[in-house]
Amino acid sequence: MSSTIALILIGVAVLFILGIKFLSSPKTARRGNLVAAAGMVIGFIILSKPDGANIWTQGWTFNYTLIVIGIIVGLVIGALGAYSVKMTAMPQMVALFNGLGGGAASLVASLEFLKKAQMHPFPGIMLTVLDDVPAAVTIPMLFATLIGSLSFAGSIIAYLKLEGKFEKPHTFPGQNFLNGLILLVILGLCGWLTFNATGHNAVVAFIVMFCLALFFGVAMVLPIGGADMPVVISLLNSFTGLAVAADGFAINNNAMIVAGTLVGSSGTLLTLLMCKAMNRPVTNVLFGAFGSGGGSKTAAGGVAGTVKPIQADEVALLLTYAQRVVIVPGYGMAVAQAQHSVRELSDELGKRGIEVQFAIHPVAGRMPGHMNVLLAEANVPYDQLIEMEAINPTMDRVDVCLVIGANDVVNPAAREEKSSPIYGMPIIEADRCKTTIVMKRSMAAGFAGIENHLFYKDNTRMLFGDAKASLNALVAAVKAS
Amino acid sequence: MDTNILFIFVLSIFVGFEVISKVPSMLHTPLMSGTNAIHGIILFGGILVLADADGTLARTLGFVAVVFGSANVFGGFMVTDRMLQMFKKKK
Repeated sequence: MSSTIALILIGVAVLFILGIKFLSSPKTARRGNLVAAAGMVIGFIILSKPDGANIWTQGWTFNYTLIVIGIIVGLVIGALGAYSVKMTAMPQMVALFNGLGGGAASLVASLEFLKKAQMHPFPGIMLTVLDDVPAAVTIPMLFATLIGSLSFAGSIIAYLKLEGKFEKPHTFPGQNFLNGLILLVILGLCGWLTFNATGHNAVVAFIVMFCLALFFGVAMVLPIGGADMPVVISLLNSFTGLAVAADGFAINNNAMIVAGTLVGSSGTLLTLLMCKAMNRPVTNVLFGAFGSGGGSKTAAGGVAGTVKPIQADEVALLLTYAQRVVIVPGYGMAVAQAQHSVRELSDELGKRGIEVQFAIHPVAGRMPGHMNVLLAEANVPYDQLIEMEAINPTMDRVDVCLVIGANDVVNPAAREEKSSPIYGMPIIEADRCKTTIVMKRSMAAGFAGIENHLFYKDNTRMLFGDAKASLNALVAAVKAS
Repeated sequence: MDTNILFIFVLSIFVGFEVISKVPSMLHTPLMSGTNAIHGIILFGGILVLADADGTLARTLGFVAVVFGSANVFGGFMVTDRMLQMFKKKK
């Protein structure tokens, strides 16, 4: 590698680091994404083979035609996916792209591995036989194949779950045991291949390992409920990063090592941060099969108090006499596509000098930060969105709290009920406001499948109906008053 | 193996941890999506193996790897940008 190329590569690494850094602040986030993309373009131009020769200056072969076609096909798929997806379906899209990356990582490693394989003619039959591969190359290749295929299969399942297909956790007795067993077999094959990556048996063992890794990806994600998919996607995202880094080791590409490792480590931290926001250890998410037994789902003694319905014009009256209104949006709001109506209501109240804020639970929606994206789509300025920790101490001074399509994230059971499966999860303390209005379609339980005590509190009123229709009625009533 | 590579690897781990340690939860989704795009660098790996591919099987698999990698990198950056262009302050 010439020293000029090496210097440019350092610049590319810096662009990736700065990109991720900028992505973690709202003011610079968009620039961060573009900075990282710029790093990618530069890396693409100076892409060189392991021997240091720039790949674009080689003689043009049929393979290069295939490369160009492949890039264009991928570009079309990516652009169609990215620009046609609805904002509510964003998490699935990320899962899908991540799965594709994992699949690519696995294929690259497999190809490198099998490149060492040669057809050996034996009397009567042809056999694929592997030439000797040194362990320093075998280990990263096996790792990338394993983690890449796991990430591919797992992401596809996560995608399907978020699309609403078999959303419920699938469990059977001894599942963790079976998964553990498969993992042991995979690791055993890896260990054996590391020291015996030669001959016919190695090719067979490699293919078996590849298939088992795909199967393990499916088996790992299937038992996890739809509500936990964000954590799973984040984890698989960091897995893909590590697989890419391992590929970088295997084919000797430093840019891939740096980028993959950055994603792997930041993704791991992000996964832990998400779990922290839900107050659940990551092991619980992966092996707990949330919402499928374990712990009592409903309060043993039943819920005290009655549900008190309210009409839209009464709510409008309450709102117009309030000084401070807090809106707690949940996924139900997004499903009803009500974010624009919410913004309209908030603008209308703002015109009357009423202070309106949005209380955002870290895991509101289907993914941490998902709610911010949805509200941003409806032009709600982000300085009006207040995070849970910041707004909770001020909840006593809120006149009206509008809970729109949110359930578990405002359930006081998380604070009061030791036996509840969500006990200990930080919540938005909507029950401490002077009046809490809960907008909901029915009395059905939320994602965690548990009863919500908030609905029965003395200062709570229920506004039943479709969130969008109710909000439009509210806007009309506020305008009229 | 070149030990310099391991050196880079270990430092990158710590940099990855450091840069996002103070990210607000509102940016978790875009950050995940953005890092997702960055590991689309696997496209480079796909290009490198396809460039040297020999035989139909290797070409087919390499081609699939390039398509997947390309969709990952382009789709990833585009979808992240689409999310982030919505984060605006009040006009």
